[in-house]
Amino acid sequence: MVAVRLIPCLDVRDGRVVKGVRFRDHREMGDIVELAERYRDEGADELVFYDITASPQRRSVEVEWVEKVAAAIDIPFCVAGGIRDVATARAVLHAGADKVSVNSPALERPALISELAEAFGSQCVVVGIDSIREDRTLRVRQYTGDPDNMVDPRRDTEHWVEEVQRLGAGEIVLNCMDADGVRSGYDIDQLRHIRSLCRVPLIASGGAGEEGHFLDVFEQADVDGALAATVFHSGQIAIPDLKRWLAGRGIVTRC
Amino acid sequence: MTIAVIHSGGANLGSVIHALNRLGAQSVLTRDPTEIRSADKVILPGVGAAAWAMNALREAGLVEVVRGLSQPVLGICLGLQLMFEHSEEGDADCLGVIPGTVGKMDVEAGLRLPHMGWNQLVWTDPDDPLARGLSGQEWFYFVHSFAAPIEHAAATSQHGQRFAAVVRKGNFAACQFHPEKSAAAGARLLANFLAH
Repeated sequence: MVAVRLIPCLDVRDGRVVKGVRFRDHREMGDIVELAERYRDEGADELVFYDITASPQRRSVEVEWVEKVAAAIDIPFCVAGGIRDVATARAVLHAGADKVSVNSPALERPALISELAEAFGSQCVVVGIDSIREDRTLRVRQYTGDPDNMVDPRRDTEHWVEEVQRLGAGEIVLNCMDADGVRSGYDIDQLRHIRSLCRVPLIASGGAGEEGHFLDVFEQADVDGALAATVFHSGQIAIPDLKRWLAGRGIVTRC
Repeated sequence: MTIAVIHSGGANLGSVIHALNRLGAQSVLTRDPTEIRSADKVILPGVGAAAWAMNALREAGLVEVVRGLSQPVLGICLGLQLMFEHSEEGDADCLGVIPGTVGKMDVEAGLRLPHMGWNQLVWTDPDDPLARGLSGQEWFYFVHSFAAPIEHAAATSQHGQRFAAVVRKGNFAACQFHPEKSAAAGARLLANFLAH
């Protein structure tokens, strides 16, 4: 039986790992390779590196640090940020990344998803979705890495989730923006709702603040993985402890 | 020892080379038939679709080269699927060094495809050289939507159906998971391949 995945997310800016609150006020957390090795040693199941400045600044992700990470660690990792064509994705995958995650560029040009799926297979193509509650609807946001340039692409989250799967997404990371950085728990209702529309693996993102939040999201929203940053980076939750704690409550983890 | 990693055009080539480097093993990424034939060990990695990968091998003139290899060969992920006779993915004729057809995984409602994540093995042949030092409790990283039948499996895994996680026929062995991404357990399996 496949284990749930605990996925530290490393937001990268100018080659360093940072983390902000509600996408603002980024604080530096450390060196990419050092953090990657620390998480590998602790038993992280996967890592996501998200270049938060690449997409708003229309830069591509820099391949050099991808190669350094790939040489150092032996767990899967995904690279996000600024991947807007097959050539860039190929460079990142050849550098040793297992998956690429597209978000804003896919909203600009949805065909990017099918181009990537055709070139590398769906298993390499993750679509990240930043979703925000607006009145009673769930709406997608674009260019969330730079709050001053954030865009409303005028799409419902549900429709976008359906469309990206049709186009060949192999996994969806749903970042619930209202919960992100607040550490009061994943947005269970939203994730459970999106889970019912999602035939590919679904990864929860945004809101983890304590061990119980992970149990809640696996038990109640049936997600395949949970992504978190601050609680892991700060050392507040140690991954080995979290895994043992979850395993003791019936969640299948890789211990 | 020379290790040839076949340049199949797939996307995880860098990872395989890195994993071999971490084991202290020098390898060469190549599509040169002479280099492949003369290597002590050959690795056939692969990410992507079967039909596309078989075309790449055909264009490089490597189909007969790989079929004719007599040294230990390790296929990884798509590399496992290519060893079978046929794949339903793109209706592709494959290398045919192992009998059988690779099919789309049949999962009941509630299970996701691709089968993506860490899963465990049941060694049906615990004496396989690749199994040395592995108890069956270890976790390996899988990413795939198609899977091979279990008739030639040395180890199986389960996601809905049981499927071949490790196969062997003579000098041809392969794993459906990514040993290069499976932490210490994967490194052990790769070391086993290099040692036997």
